[in-house]
Amino acid sequence: MLIIDCPHCGPRMETEFHYGGQADIAYPADAADLPDSDWAQFLFYRDNPRGDFAERWVHTAGCRKWLTVTRNTVTNEFTSTPRPGAPAPQASTDAHVTTTAEAPLASGADTARKEGQP
Amino acid sequence: MTRNPQQPGTGPAACSETPTRLPATGIDPSRPISFDLDGETITGVAGDTLASALIAAGRTRCGDSLYRSRPRGVFTDGPAEPNAYVETTIDGVTETMRQATMVELAPGITARTLTGLGRLLDAPAPGEPTDPGKRTIARYDKRNTFTDVLIVGAGPAGLAAARAAVRTGARVILAEQDFRLGGRSLASDETIEGQPAADWIEAIRAELVACEECRILTRTAVVGSFDSNYVVAVESRRDHLDAAPAGMSRQRLWHITADQVVLATGALERPLVFAHNDRPGIMLASAAASWLHRFGILPGRRIAIAATNDSPYPLAGALAAAGAAVTVIDSRTAPAAAEAVENAGVTVHRGCAVTESLSDSDDGHVTGLRFGAFDGTRVDAASEQETGCDLLLLAGGWTPTVHLHSQRRGDLHWDEALSGFVPSAPVADQHLAGAVRGTYATELCLAEGTAAGTAAAAATAWVREHGEETSPATSAADAATAATASGTGATASAADAATVPTASAAVSDSQRRAACGEVRPVWLGATRLPSSDRADENVEFDTCFLDLQRDESVRNAVRAINAGMRNVEHIKRYTSIATGAEQGRLSSVVTNGIIAQALGAGIGELGVTTFRAPYTPVSFAALAGRSHGELYDPARLTPTHFWALERGVVFEDVGQWKRARYFARDGEDMDAAVARECAAVRERVGFQDASTLGKIEIRGADAPEFLNRMYTNGFLKLAVGKGRYGLMCGPDGMVIDDGVSLRLAEDRYFMTTTTGNAAHILEHLEEYAQTEWPELDVTITSVTEQWATIAVAGPLSRRVVAKLFPDLDVSREAFGFMEFRTAPLHAPGTGAAGEDGDSIEARVCRITFSGELAFEINVPAWYGRAVAELVEAAGEEFDITPYGTETMHVLRAEKAFPIVGQDTDGTVSPHDLGMGWAVSTRKEFVGSRSFARAFNHDPNRKHLIALLPDDPEVVLAEGAQIITADDAPAAEAVVASRGRADAAAPIPMIGQVTSSYMSQAIGRSFALALVKGGRERIGQTIVASFGGRFVPATVADTVVFDPENTRRDGVEGVS
Repeated sequence: MLIIDCPHCGPRMETEFHYGGQADIAYPADAADLPDSDWAQFLFYRDNPRGDFAERWVHTAGCRKWLTVTRNTVTNEFTSTPRPGAPAPQASTDAHVTTTAEAPLASGADTARKEGQP
Repeated sequence: MTRNPQQPGTGPAACSETPTRLPATGIDPSRPISFDLDGETITGVAGDTLASALIAAGRTRCGDSLYRSRPRGVFTDGPAEPNAYVETTIDGVTETMRQATMVELAPGITARTLTGLGRLLDAPAPGEPTDPGKRTIARYDKRNTFTDVLIVGAGPAGLAAARAAVRTGARVILAEQDFRLGGRSLASDETIEGQPAADWIEAIRAELVACEECRILTRTAVVGSFDSNYVVAVESRRDHLDAAPAGMSRQRLWHITADQVVLATGALERPLVFAHNDRPGIMLASAAASWLHRFGILPGRRIAIAATNDSPYPLAGALAAAGAAVTVIDSRTAPAAAEAVENAGVTVHRGCAVTESLSDSDDGHVTGLRFGAFDGTRVDAASEQETGCDLLLLAGGWTPTVHLHSQRRGDLHWDEALSGFVPSAPVADQHLAGAVRGTYATELCLAEGTAAGTAAAAATAWVREHGEETSPATSAADAATAATASGTGATASAADAATVPTASAAVSDSQRRAACGEVRPVWLGATRLPSSDRADENVEFDTCFLDLQRDESVRNAVRAINAGMRNVEHIKRYTSIATGAEQGRLSSVVTNGIIAQALGAGIGELGVTTFRAPYTPVSFAALAGRSHGELYDPARLTPTHFWALERGVVFEDVGQWKRARYFARDGEDMDAAVARECAAVRERVGFQDASTLGKIEIRGADAPEFLNRMYTNGFLKLAVGKGRYGLMCGPDGMVIDDGVSLRLAEDRYFMTTTTGNAAHILEHLEEYAQTEWPELDVTITSVTEQWATIAVAGPLSRRVVAKLFPDLDVSREAFGFMEFRTAPLHAPGTGAAGEDGDSIEARVCRITFSGELAFEINVPAWYGRAVAELVEAAGEEFDITPYGTETMHVLRAEKAFPIVGQDTDGTVSPHDLGMGWAVSTRKEFVGSRSFARAFNHDPNRKHLIALLPDDPEVVLAEGAQIITADDAPAAEAVVASRGRADAAAPIPMIGQVTSSYMSQAIGRSFALALVKGGRERIGQTIVASFGGRFVPATVADTVVFDPENTRRDGVEGVS
């Protein structure tokens, strides 16, 4: 049983959360132009490290907020302070343009940068 | 009948008199207690276990062994017992496979000896009255708690730790499996800190009880240790009570989350391995120490002790002092402790090991043994001699009880000097004290316990924050003072602990090893080692038992090695060593010793088999607690639940919801009821509670953009006052949900989801809103519980709705499909005082899930029942009929409306469903990129199609596999031959039936199915295979009823 330190609610039992898989997977800014193999890489391939792993949880039975933590997969210890479910940091800053010129499907990272976050 | 060792004061086996006892720490001889064993009355005294009462009555013998029917006796005094299993009935509750060593004697116990095999009670036949003597009528509960320090084990180390911890003001829980505090000091005549052990224990108990932040849990086995110091324990609460209060739970499952944990779990003694080491009358030396010191029983008159270390010598002296003739056969050539006991009349054979136990008794009880000179590996055959005994005690060294440490993946290493696997270092936020880390001398245990308790408390958040208030210096000094009395060794260590609060600093490895003394293991007492020649059957090792419960011998272990097994995990599984309830507590290390010898490897290199929770067996009843029957899972009730009950409803579970499945009239079965309900909706009008649909409100300036990105079809242009069916995919382009969303206002939508999917979709929406597009102004809220939805469907539904909403123009022209209106529902007598008097503000939508003209009436949930009643009353003149989910399923399937999760399985795209029309090509949305994958354009993907069985009376089974007609004969041959004619196998499966019903509307059976390249097969015959049947069916277009969609706005001349 993990105790997860929700940034909004404080330490809570794992049973209040749902797991959200690897964190910081940026939605490809140029999804439409990607070859199928790269798109499949984004969809299906995830790291499975022995050691520190940035992963997401959602506090389903609490504040319903997504959050990101780093957990050591061997010891199950959290090695970082949980942070709110931030957008992926490494996404491209290129504005994504869809074929119809409707609003772009951003990864969110663009906005984060716009707001002056690291 | 076992041999009676004729000890002083012990009467015949079937005595009902109270046996006289020696002075002892753990019993009250003035309170005799009788119990029934296999129909015989046996009397022990208060403080006994079932096992000690048996020993006192001269009955060592218990049930025969499971596989080889060998006579066996009580072997231990505690949780490692491999032989003495009983089924007990206490206060009407029967529990099987209990260790007699762990059953506390209390009035009214009936017990039955078992031969290593439990049994489940017979289930009562339906309607049969449950016999209180045979039924589990007990209650089990659970409790969650948090503590600063949890201490596991209440021997000297655990008690010292508890004392140190409570003095800091920290909250402390002390858990002890036994019903008495004291651990192994109960089985000794030692003095602790200058007091007799019993007095010392009582003094600490009194101090802990006086401390309101301390909870002592006796009879509580800590069985599991998990991440974040989450610990699970089982407490026995009522079996030992003379008169338990009514309603009190029998056992309680504790879920404890501790800031810090101190493991003071002690150690278990190891047996020794030689021929016939399983006879009744052979037991661990530590068990005899309990019989003598704790229970006041001299368990034999001529006692032999097979020793490998110093630990049994105090016992040898005490047994001799109590009048027994004692012989020690010690593997060591110069045992330090020998001389003192020799002066007390004990015979010591140095440098010797036992090779065989002997019996000239009919019942197999030990009457003697053979031993000889031991060279460290084997016994010299020429030196062998025999001696008589009526009790043979085994002192093979000690195995620290590291299970809870190992469950947390704490490392172990083999300590050669201590001859045991000991923890290398405590896991994070845990502390180790006493025998669990190989510290066997009581004074060292006290020092280590005090240090561990102090360190644990100091590490808690509470003490770190409030420490100054309670003056840790004073409490540490107290602890040091307390330890001073115990002797010089502890004084220095405890003083150290006061300045350096770490448990590891308290006792050094050299102190620990010096206190342990010399250990010379005897892994196998035999004149030759087992042969590695596979032709050698090693027959003489067939009675050298490693695992008594599993009847596994050295012969079998060596057979595993000779078959190529090397890893202890493999040998455990090739044999069945350590797989019984004993779980290796006795057998694990002795087996390692045999393997190491056979392989010429170091015992430490082999490692140990993995310890997993639970440490001791836990009954399913305790784990289930009250979560069974009605309380197994919360039931979500619809607003019309009780209304439906009055109308003959049969419910079905949909997730946690109880949904009306059908309404049986006059003894109808489901098929008849569904046929009637279907006909009513298609011909007249029916109504249904659809409140369980997931409902989500989405608000914010960017709500239209948000929905537009989440749904495959466009939502930007949806006008206020209208609704639209939406299809939602994951990023992989596979359908995850569908439903109608209403635009309530420019910035406000009301989304509906599949009933069972609501929580998942809410999470999915939140994920994108929070982590992908935080720039969007959108807020998402579940309103499932806030709204009741009554669907009114059928050609006459407009007339019913018109009566209920006199202010609403429900005409075909004024109220179009996929529109909604907010209107007062005329509700006389409901007390719903709206602006117009007795009326309910309702949201009426023209949505259909049957293809018929239909309305959905949404009202605040607490009006759900009232609306159902109003609909029923208003529809009476049209013979309105309530219908359930089964009818809903048939009606929607006739129109090929898929149910996500039934007709889809996460691998189905909108195009596979034939719903490409709902996928926009002019915008990007979640999943859109995936539709361009080559994978999605494979013409052989499974398509949703309809099947019409050739025989219109046959309803295909949902889940039936579909094969081609060409393959059917081969498949039939495979089935007819029960798999033997498998030349043609495997038969390729081309799809599966997802929904299948009998249709009133088309007068025949039909099904929906996912079939490879299904749309290309329309018109072809395929074969559905289920239950050994092969049913031909024709592939058809999905919509089997009203494909032209003529009924959506009503039927001309009827509506």
